[in-house]
Amino acid sequence: MEFIINFLVAAVAAGTPLLFGTLGEIMNEKVGHLNLGVEGMMSIGACAGLLAGYHTDNFIIALAAAFLAAALSALVYALLTVTLMANQNVTGLTLTIFGIGLSNFIGIWALEHSETGTLKLPEMITAQMRDIHIPGLSDLPVAGPLLFSYSPFVYIGILIAIVLAFYLNKTKSGLNLQAIGHNPGAADAAGIKVTQYKYASILLGGGICGIGGAYCAMIINGGVWVNNNVGGLGWIAVALVIFANWKPVNAIGGSFVFGALRILKYYVPKSIFPLPNAFYDMMPFLITALILVITSMRKKRNLSLPAHLGNNYFREER
Amino acid sequence: MKKVLSLLLVLALTLSCLTGCGSSGGDEAETTAAAGAETAAAEEEDAGAEGEGVMPAIAKEDIKVGVIHLSDPAEGSGYTYTHDQGIIGMQENLGLSDDQIVRKNSVDDTNVSEIDTAIRECIEEGCNIIFATSWGYMDTCEALAEEYPDVIFSHGTGYKCNGVNFNNYFGRIYQARYLSGIAAGLKTETNKIGYVAAMGQDNSEVTGGCDAFAMGVYSVNPEAEVYVKVTNSWFDPEGEKQAADALLAEGCDVIGQHCDTPNPQLAAEEQGVWGVGYNSDMSKDAPDAVLTSVVWDWSVYYTKAVESVINGTWTGENYYEGLAEGLVDIAPLADFCAEGTEEKINEAKEKMLSGEWDVFSGLIETNEGEIVCEEGQTLDDATITGGINWYYKNVVVK
Repeated sequence: MEFIINFLVAAVAAGTPLLFGTLGEIMNEKVGHLNLGVEGMMSIGACAGLLAGYHTDNFIIALAAAFLAAALSALVYALLTVTLMANQNVTGLTLTIFGIGLSNFIGIWALEHSETGTLKLPEMITAQMRDIHIPGLSDLPVAGPLLFSYSPFVYIGILIAIVLAFYLNKTKSGLNLQAIGHNPGAADAAGIKVTQYKYASILLGGGICGIGGAYCAMIINGGVWVNNNVGGLGWIAVALVIFANWKPVNAIGGSFVFGALRILKYYVPKSIFPLPNAFYDMMPFLITALILVITSMRKKRNLSLPAHLGNNYFREER
Repeated sequence: MKKVLSLLLVLALTLSCLTGCGSSGGDEAETTAAAGAETAAAEEEDAGAEGEGVMPAIAKEDIKVGVIHLSDPAEGSGYTYTHDQGIIGMQENLGLSDDQIVRKNSVDDTNVSEIDTAIRECIEEGCNIIFATSWGYMDTCEALAEEYPDVIFSHGTGYKCNGVNFNNYFGRIYQARYLSGIAAGLKTETNKIGYVAAMGQDNSEVTGGCDAFAMGVYSVNPEAEVYVKVTNSWFDPEGEKQAADALLAEGCDVIGQHCDTPNPQLAAEEQGVWGVGYNSDMSKDAPDAVLTSVVWDWSVYYTKAVESVINGTWTGENYYEGLAEGLVDIAPLADFCAEGTEEKINEAKEKMLSGEWDVFSGLIETNEGEIVCEEGQTLDDATITGGINWYYKNVVVK
């Protein structure tokens, strides 16, 4: 029993960076922009978040810095694809390469100029960002560790997912935003300000990815600078968007399932299932392939998929 | 949209392929030192009166050293940093100037054309000895050594050599791991010690190191068990942290590691327990957790190698040394180590230094009950570097 609880708690922790990345990418894809730069935006968020935390010792400022820096990198993407109509795939891939390179460059530079030869977050912020402990609630059997024992990041991620779901489906503005992803021409004709919506959504999505990056730097890597600290999670997030069927609430479940798949090899006892680790390493990709096959086999047309995804909107060609 | 989906699938597949490649290239070593020595001896006879060296001496001012690094030494800890500290140490020991060292950083050791370019660039810049620090550089070095007979190629953590201008260097890191196991065995209260291993049972370097650590633990605390979790990757910050977290959740209170990042140590620190770092002194990153670290001092070899080139005594033989030469050691013990740790470690160290006993000597029983080394026997170097595919009796694979 305790073993299962440990596993579930670890799965949530492993799924959290994926949750942020997926939510960010959903906001990009909802306005019809396939942004393959998630990994890069997360890296930039990781670097900005860690450095801000290191210098200010304040968790909120670190989060804000991660959000703003990643949103700024998303602005580059938005400028290129929305205004200048550049190819979305190429721009996104470039953003990934650029983001990883820039964050490593700045991280190494800061490391070389640190006094102790290591970039480690100071005490206060570490206490703020680590797993919460609510007297009474956290001590409950089963429910305590499963619900009230995570880092604040987990609750922030779930909150963002719920707010986004509400915004997209229950508000006029959210429905306008989705209309752009399906048919920007019609949305434009209906008087929706397509370009402004696109910019706002892409920037917001980028910022959310940035918080996921901050999680990688501050929690996964224990608040110490390591190069390439996002380590490919951004790519899994891109795939998870399809898994979540472009729905923010599904993204919560999806990322925790993927988190579980990624740590399975450390928790399944080798004495009971002596499977090689390579088998578990393969699982997330196998599941992604399966989901793609299953979704494509469904007879019903997939209405969640933004119909105009991947295509830029040329107003003059309406 | 189909295109987008297929693109995503292709990306996912590519990524999985990359992950696969990353974990397959191992540091598995197989010593051909004997063969190398024979060739060297033959060469010596050819060279005749030229002393024991097989390559002409190069004046100190004319020496130019090329270094091929796997990542960036500026990272401040880990594998590449440790090698670069060795290069810096060599430079200081021999008094070489900065422009006598050429570094090529972040050379992907699975990308042959990148390795080839990096080494050729070094040669073009006038390097006459090249240190290639990672396993994956080996075959490229071997090929280029033939093409450039005037340049010396020295490759780390592999096994090949041609006895003339291409050799291999590595060390008995298991000796230091044994000593660190003593610190871990004395410190543990739950009698469960975790070990985050980069590679599984088929990799002799990692498995042998883990066994040595476990034997160190056993020597002072026969009750304790060593729980091993394998990440299947030489560099996986997330996996290393998760593996350590899983071990901690199972009740381990000391975390040893054979992987690059300090993440297992940070995970231990977060839980208020202890650990044993690797490569460089990780107490810098996790000062409240690290009992000691298993460290390399590559400057010992780099100094010796470059010096021999200057003196004209370069033999082209493989190099495999340990504690006695100072190539491997443990970092200074933390003051929160258990009582008597230092004495026990010094005792074991003495025995190893005097040569009367080494880690893989005497009765060794695996966790499957097999006897792999009889009383009075010692495993030979070829077995140690290439043939340890068993776990010691107190090791449990988790």
